[in-house]
Amino acid sequence: MNLTAIFLGPAVIAGMTALLGLLIAAVDMVVNNYGEVKVKINGGKKELTVRGGSPLLLTLSEQGIFIPSACGGRGSCGACKCQINSDVGPHLPTELPYLTKQEVEKNIRLSCQVKVKADIDIEIPEELFYVQKYKCKVASIRAVTHDIKEVVFRLPEGKEISYVPGQYAQIVIPPYGKIKETTQRAYSMSSHPKDKHLIELLVRLVPGGIATTYVHSFLHVGQEVELLGPFGDFHVQPTGATMVCVAGGSGMAPFKSILWDLVEKGDTTRPVWYFFGARGKRDLFYTEEMRELEKKLPNFHYVEALSEPAPDDNYTGETGLITDVLNRFFQTVIPKEQQVKMEGYLCGSPGMINACNKVMNSNGIGQENIYYDSFA
Amino acid sequence: MTPQIDVITLLFSSIFTSNILLANFLGMCSFIAISKDIKSANGLGIAVIVVLTLTNALNWGVLQLLKMWGMEYLAFIVFIIVIAAVVQVLEMVIDRVSPALYMSLGIFLPLITVNCAIMGGALFMQIRSYDFIQSTAFGFGSGVGWWLAIVALSAIRGKIEKNPIPLGLQGPGITLIIIGFMAMAFTGFSGMLPVQ
Repeated sequence: MNLTAIFLGPAVIAGMTALLGLLIAAVDMVVNNYGEVKVKINGGKKELTVRGGSPLLLTLSEQGIFIPSACGGRGSCGACKCQINSDVGPHLPTELPYLTKQEVEKNIRLSCQVKVKADIDIEIPEELFYVQKYKCKVASIRAVTHDIKEVVFRLPEGKEISYVPGQYAQIVIPPYGKIKETTQRAYSMSSHPKDKHLIELLVRLVPGGIATTYVHSFLHVGQEVELLGPFGDFHVQPTGATMVCVAGGSGMAPFKSILWDLVEKGDTTRPVWYFFGARGKRDLFYTEEMRELEKKLPNFHYVEALSEPAPDDNYTGETGLITDVLNRFFQTVIPKEQQVKMEGYLCGSPGMINACNKVMNSNGIGQENIYYDSFA
Repeated sequence: MTPQIDVITLLFSSIFTSNILLANFLGMCSFIAISKDIKSANGLGIAVIVVLTLTNALNWGVLQLLKMWGMEYLAFIVFIIVIAAVVQVLEMVIDRVSPALYMSLGIFLPLITVNCAIMGGALFMQIRSYDFIQSTAFGFGSGVGWWLAIVALSAIRGKIEKNPIPLGLQGPGITLIIIGFMAMAFTGFSGMLPVQ
């Protein structure tokens, strides 16, 4: 074997590979060039002209319309559902696990899996038009309990977020450590509604959670983070009915925002009962702020309940499961005249929401008057 | 050098008497894995026909080029690269031209890049010194043979699905036994045609 062969061999292979690579790139440019296509949203309320060939989710986000997505377009969360009226081919195997039979019939698709190849006619909730992406700086991080951190993000100069208290935002978690891909997670905003330059989130550490681990262990003050929002239709109904709110852990977030909003708007007479469930005293937070709110809102009552108070907690408040406390209050504490017209507001784990739904149903709050976000 | 055999004989011999799957046992992995139902077996089989025909023709040209440069020893690697590239291009073109076909074939195409039958076809073409027409015919014939075998196997597997198969033999175990019987049946064809 002479030396030239040693060099020539790899050179020939490299050359051939490069040639074929070029060929693929060329074919890609010709074949995957769909030119300009039109995206018609909500029957023509908005029309976009975009370059075809990309997934719908990406195409829309490039145009400033952000469909909620927790995984960032990998088809693993099933959040980016959207109704498509034009024919874009049959449902893909990657979509079907996230869709119910009814959704498939209504041609609901995962927008991250559908490629925009021709003019397309879609329907999305109108409030998504107002969702924006903000490059925020972390202004402060404060541990409010042993496992919940209150993180405040400052919006870029000159930007404001306008939202209805109770809505949520999505934080974009960059790749870190063993996590190789960008992740998005939703958190209810606990911000003071008056301050439109700040977004405050409460993040409870979930062992093994991608986003919560990042926020608790890697995020530092001054860091730039992308936030998307506002999303969601969890907000106070303008009915004047008695509000019965139940939360646990970081479920405190939307209610803090909602309650300050009541103060702000001068709606101080509406009866509000807010039950906050926790395990031990170390899980309680914002108690003083709530007591302060009780002074500003004469008909607001904040009830804390511990399910397993430690002997050295010296706790004198309500004890027992939050559902039992709630039931007891319906029976004996909440005045009957306030129970004539009631609405339920819930934020917490799916298990808690289910259990509270039952208690509320049996105490005269119909399912149609109970509001909660189901992402938690 | 092999004696010149006519293309029709070659075509039929590669389908039946020297079936690339049942006589040479090439492309076994996907043969066993994707033969659970006829629909996907058929899709994969058709994809193999298309890719095998195309790559065999292309690889023949590439081989002549390498021979010209005196670098036949590179054939092995170059074949793989060509196959991978062809599959890529094919996937993109099908996606654009016929989304419906892409839907039914799309997921199988990337699988084919690593299908031994495709590589085997190219290597047989090299050692048997086929000319262009023969190579293409051999590629097509082998593809059809592969398709025939996988569709037959999936049909048999569909039939035996409800039979009481011993626990240890379920799945790949019984499939391998079936393949053995099929291979024996196909050897019945051998000798009918002068192959190679």
